[in-house]
Amino acid sequence: MADVITYRQAVAEGIAREMRRDPAVVCLGEDIGAAGGVFKTTAGLHEEFGSGRVWDTPISEQAIVGAAMGAAMTGMRPVAEIMFSDFLACCWDYLANEIPKVRYMTGGQVTVPLVVRTANGGGLGFGAQHSQATENWALTIPGLKIAAPATPADVVGMMAAAIRSDDPVVFFEHKGLLAAKGPPAPPDHVVELGRAAVVREGADITLVALASMVPVALTAAERLAEEGIDAEVIDLRCLVPLDTRTVLGSLAKTSRLVTVEENPYQGGWGGTLVSVVADEGFGLLDAPVRRIAAENVPLPFADALEQEVIPTVDKVVAKVRDLSAY
Amino acid sequence: MTRAPQPEARGLDITDPDSPETRPEGTGPDAGQLLALYEEMAVIRRTEKAAHDLFMTGLVKGTTHLAAGHEAVAVGASAALRDDDYVFATYRGHHHALARGATPEECLAELMSRATGLCGAKGGSMHLTKASRNMLGSYAIVGAHLPMAVGAAWSARLRGTEQIAVAFFGDGATNIGAFHEALNLAAVWKLPVLFVCENNLYMEYTAIADVTAVANPAADRAPAYGIPGEIVDGNDVVAVREAVARLADRARAGEGPSLLEAQTYRHFGHSRADPAAYRPAEEVERWLKHDPLDVARGRLADLGVPAETVDAADERAAAVVQAAVEAAKNAPAPDPREALTDVWADGGAQWRT
Repeated sequence: MADVITYRQAVAEGIAREMRRDPAVVCLGEDIGAAGGVFKTTAGLHEEFGSGRVWDTPISEQAIVGAAMGAAMTGMRPVAEIMFSDFLACCWDYLANEIPKVRYMTGGQVTVPLVVRTANGGGLGFGAQHSQATENWALTIPGLKIAAPATPADVVGMMAAAIRSDDPVVFFEHKGLLAAKGPPAPPDHVVELGRAAVVREGADITLVALASMVPVALTAAERLAEEGIDAEVIDLRCLVPLDTRTVLGSLAKTSRLVTVEENPYQGGWGGTLVSVVADEGFGLLDAPVRRIAAENVPLPFADALEQEVIPTVDKVVAKVRDLSAY
Repeated sequence: MTRAPQPEARGLDITDPDSPETRPEGTGPDAGQLLALYEEMAVIRRTEKAAHDLFMTGLVKGTTHLAAGHEAVAVGASAALRDDDYVFATYRGHHHALARGATPEECLAELMSRATGLCGAKGGSMHLTKASRNMLGSYAIVGAHLPMAVGAAWSARLRGTEQIAVAFFGDGATNIGAFHEALNLAAVWKLPVLFVCENNLYMEYTAIADVTAVANPAADRAPAYGIPGEIVDGNDVVAVREAVARLADRARAGEGPSLLEAQTYRHFGHSRADPAAYRPAEEVERWLKHDPLDVARGRLADLGVPAETVDAADERAAAVVQAAVEAAKNAPAPDPREALTDVWADGGAQWRT
C-alpha cells in the first residue's frame, strides 16, 4: 500500500471498494466512464467494473439524479455524479422536492439509498458558476444527509458509509483538495456519518471547519500557537447529521467558538450550528461567537479577488486573535 | 405583438368520426374480462365523485385533481402490465393508485387525513402511493417522475427481471425539461420504459395547443428521440390495453422505450372547484358523449352482455365506494407523533447528535 494517496484517488478508491463489496452499487454521470471523470475522481472504475456498472450519461442533470432515484427505489444503490456542485441547481427539484420527501410523503413506503457526489468549492479560479461552496443549499432541506470530507482517508470511509446508507446522501468532494495527499484508508474503513473529528486539540478556542476550511483552520492554529493561543480544531465532516455534541463538548473546555465556512455568511451552515450553541450552550461561552465565512458576493475569477471573498489563513488568524483578547 | 402562426396540422381528434386512429384488431378481452375492467373503471369514477363531494362538504382539505374521465387509461394500461411492473403517476393519480391495487377506502382515508390512509395521511391526494404493488408514487412537480421511471427501468434491466416501468403524465409535462431528458436517456440506454401521456387538451387552465409547437404534444416529440410515438383513444379501455400490451412486449423484449399519447378528457376542472369555464360547451358535450364507461358499455353490448349485467357491476361499484366512504369517515385521525417519523430509513427524523 502506498504511503500516501491523493484525495482524488481516494474518491475512486472509496467507490471501488463498495462496488467490489456490493453488486447493487452502480455509477452514472457525465464523462465518468472511460474518461475517468473530468476531475479523474472515477479513474479506473470503468476499467475494473465495465460499462454495465459505470454509465456515461448525457448532460442531463435531471435525468441523472431522477434516474438514480428511480433505481434506488427499486433495489439498486446508485452513485450519481453531478460534475460541479453549482450544477445541482439544474436538478434541484430532485434534491429539494423528490429525493428527501418521497419516503416521508408516502408514509415510509419507500427508501432512497443513493449518493449524489459533486465537486464543490472554490480556490481554483473557475469563476462564479463553477466555484461555489453549496453545502449550505442542501442544509436547507430536511431529508438529505450531507457529507464533506477533508482528508483522503475520510473520503474512503465516508464514501463507504454514504453508499451503505439507506438514506440519500449528498457527498461534497472539494475541488481544492483533490491534489492533497494523506495516509491511505485502512481496509474496510468506514466513518460513520454524523461524527465530527477533533483534528487538533487545544484549550483556548474552538474552530469548527468543513472540507477545505479544515486545513485552513489547522494552519491558522499552528500560527496562533506561536502567539500562545491554543486552538482546538474540529472537522465537522457532515452537516447532517450535525455533530453538535462534539462541538458543545469542546466548548465546555474552550468557551470560545469560531466557525470557518467557505459557503457565504448569508445562509451558511455556521448559522445553524451557532443557533444550537446559543440555545443549548450559551452558558458555556465566555465570548461572542464569530463566524468566518465567504463574503456575500458571487465568486470572482481572479485569484486576488477570490482570496478577498473566501476565508484564508490570515483572516482566520486575525479573527481568532481578536476573539482571544475579548 | 402578433401571435405566432399556429401549425397547420391539428392534433388527432379521436372523437372525430373520421379520425384515422384505428380500432384495435385481434384478440380483445372476452366479455368477462371486459366486464371486470368496466367495474374497475366504475369504482374509480365513483371514488372520484366521492372525493369531489367530500371536498365540497369540507371533509377533504387541501386540493384534489380528479381523474374522472381518465379511467380507461389507468385501467386499460394496468390490465396490460405484469403485477411487478413499476408505475409512476402524477398529482392527478387516484386512478393509477386504484388501478394498481390501492383500495377506495385507503385512498379516500388518505384524502380525509385519516390514520388508515394509503400514506398514513402524510401524502394527501397528490401523493397516493402503493409501493407494495410497485405503484411507486404520485408526484406533484410536473414531469419530475419521468426520469424516475427511466431509473426504475434501468434498475430492472440491471437486475435482469424483465420488469418494465411506466410513467403516466399529462400533456402539460411535455413542455418541461425533465420530459425531454427522460426520453433521450431512455432511448440512448434502450430501457424498458413506457411513457404514457394522458392528453386531456388542457395544461391546467390553458389549452395545450396554445402553448405547444406541435399538434400532438407527446407523440410528435417521440420521433425526435428515435422512439415510437403512438396515439390511442384514451377513452377506450380495450384500445389502451391493446396498445400498452404491444408496447410493453416490445420493451420487455429489449427493443427499448416507446411513447403512447392517450387522448382523453377530464370531467372536472383542473383542481378543486375549478369549473373549467374555459372549455367550449361544444367540446365538453362531444367528449362527454365519448365517456370511457359508455364506450366500454357499448363494447360489452357488442359482446352480447346484457345491460342488467353491466348495471349490476355499477351497483357493486357503488356499494364498494359507499362502504369506503363510511369506513374512511369512521377512521381515526393520525397520531400527531407520526409527524416526526419516516424522514430517514430508520423510521426517525433525527438530524443532529
